[in-house]
Amino acid sequence: MKVSMDDTDKNSEAQQSYTLGPLQSGPHCCDPRPLISVTDLSLHYGAKTALENVSLDIYQGCITALIGPSGCGKTSFLSALNRLTDMLPGCHVSGRIRFNDLDVCDPDLDVRLLRRDIGMIFQKPVPFPLSVRRNIELPLREHGMRRQAEIDAVVQQVLQDVGLWDEVKDRLNSPAQALSGGQQQRLCIARALALQPKVLLMDEPCSALDPIASGVVEDLILRLQGRYTVVIVTHNLAQARRIANYAGFLWMRERTGRLIEFGQCRQIFEAPAHALTASYVNGERG
Amino acid sequence: MSKDFLATVMIWLTALLISGFFLYLLTDMLIHGLDRLSWAYLLDAPLDAGRSGGIAPIVTATAILVLIAIIVAAPLGLATAVLLTEFTRQKSHFGRFVERSLDVLASVPSIIFGLFGNAFFCLFLGLGFSLLSGGLTLACMALPILIRSAVEGLRSAPDEYRLAAAALGMTRGAALLHLLLPTAAPALAAGLMLGIGRAGAETAALIFTSGYVDRMPESWFDSGRALSVHIYDLAMNVPGGDASAHAAALVLVLLLFTINSIAMGLTRRWQRGRIHSL
Repeated sequence: MKVSMDDTDKNSEAQQSYTLGPLQSGPHCCDPRPLISVTDLSLHYGAKTALENVSLDIYQGCITALIGPSGCGKTSFLSALNRLTDMLPGCHVSGRIRFNDLDVCDPDLDVRLLRRDIGMIFQKPVPFPLSVRRNIELPLREHGMRRQAEIDAVVQQVLQDVGLWDEVKDRLNSPAQALSGGQQQRLCIARALALQPKVLLMDEPCSALDPIASGVVEDLILRLQGRYTVVIVTHNLAQARRIANYAGFLWMRERTGRLIEFGQCRQIFEAPAHALTASYVNGERG
Repeated sequence: MSKDFLATVMIWLTALLISGFFLYLLTDMLIHGLDRLSWAYLLDAPLDAGRSGGIAPIVTATAILVLIAIIVAAPLGLATAVLLTEFTRQKSHFGRFVERSLDVLASVPSIIFGLFGNAFFCLFLGLGFSLLSGGLTLACMALPILIRSAVEGLRSAPDEYRLAAAALGMTRGAALLHLLLPTAAPALAAGLMLGIGRAGAETAALIFTSGYVDRMPESWFDSGRALSVHIYDLAMNVPGGDASAHAAALVLVLLLFTINSIAMGLTRRWQRGRIHSL
C-alpha cells in the first residue's frame, strides 16, 4: 500500500517537473525543440528491473548529461535510444521513445537507419583491428558509399573535425590500434560522425583516458554542441557541469534505477529541487 | 622458497619429459627411416607388399582423402560455428544441445566412425570402398574439432566489436565478415590444422571405408590406402617392413609439419594484409 502510494507520488512528480518548456538560458546554438522524447521508459534484464518510468526530453543541438552512481541504468538508458538493447540478452524495454516522429521501439523499424542517425561512443575506445582509414571507410561502405574519392573526402573531413588529421595523415594506413587511447577515442568519434548522425550517445567517453586526452575529447564534445545533439553519461560531475546544457540525475531506489531530477544543468548543480540531487552533486552521497 | 624450487623443478621436468619424448620419437623415425627416404621412394609404387618400392599412390590417396574431408567439413564447420556463436544465444537449449553433442562426437573412438562410414557411405549410399567414402567419414570425424575451435575463436573475438559495429548500423553479416572472422582467423587455422591432423593420421576409420588397395587411385570412387594404414600394414602384417614403415611415418610427420607451417604463415600474412586492403 505504502509502496504504491510512493509510486504514484513519483509519477506525478515526473510529469510536473521533467517535461520542460523551451530553453530559457544557455548557449544560443541550441534549438529548444525536443529531438528525442522519452516517456515512461522501463528496462528489464530478465526479472531484474534496471530502469523504471524514466521520462525526459532531449533537446536538439544541446548536450544532455546523465549523472548518477554506477549501476543506476545510465548506460542502459543510452542503449535503449539506439536500440542497442536488442543485442543484450534478456533485455526488455517498455515505454515510448520518439525520435523525429519516429517510434524507436517499433519492432518493424529499420534499426540500421536509426543507428545511422543516432551514433554511439563507448567507454573504452573500440577501434576495429583495421587501418585508421579503413576504420572510417568500412561503415561508410556498409551504408552504400562506393566512390573512393567521396570516401577519402569524408575521411579527411571527419578526421579534421576531431582534430586528428594532422596527427594521423601520414599513417592512415597503419593499424588504428597502435594509436594512443585518446586518439583512438577521437577516431571512434570521427567514425561515428562520418555517417552524419543527428545524435551522438556517449557512454563515459573520457573515463578510460588520461587527464590530457580526456581534456582534448571534452573540448571536442563542446565543439559538437549545436551541430549535433549529444547525450553523455559521465561520472565526472565537474565535466558534466562544464559541458552540459541539461542534466539528468539517476539514482538507485529499491534496486531500480530511477530518474530523480532533470533540468537545466546550472539548475541541477546550483539549485537542485531534490534533496538526493543536492547531496550527490555536493559530493555527500554516491 | 623450497616450495618454489620444487615447483620450478617439476615444471622443468615436465617440459623436458614432453620435449624429450617428442625428440625420441623423431630421432627413432629418422634413424630407422632416413635410409629408405629418397625421391624414388616418394615417386615409385610400392613393391613386394611395401618392403621395397615407394609410396606414391599412398601419398596421393592420403592427399585426396584429406582434401575431400576438409572441403566438406570446413564450410559446414564454419557455418555451424557462426550459427552457434552469432545467431543463437549461448544459454539456449538448442545451443547447449548442439555443443553437448559435439563434445560427445569428438570423443567417439574412430573405429565407431569407421563402422558408421561403412554402413552409411559404403553400403547405404552405395559408394563402396572408395576414397569418397573415406573422405566423407574423415569429414564427420574432423567436424566436431573444426566447429569447437571455430566457436572458441569467434567467442574470443571481443563483444565490443559486435556492439560497435551494430552501433554504426552495420549488419551482423558485415561485422562477421570484416571484423569477427579475421579476429578468429588464427583459431580457425589452428582448428583446420587439428582437423587435417586428425584426418591425415586416421587409420581405423579408413580400413572400413577407403580400404587398403595400394594401387594409384584413378578417381575418388577407387579404393585407396592412406599413409597411416600403410604404416599400420607394414608394421603389423608385413614381416621385414619395419624400415619402410619408419620411412612412411617420417613422411607423414614431415607432411603434417609442412602443412602446419604453411597454414600458420598464410594466416599471419593474411591478417597483416587485411589491415590495409578492403
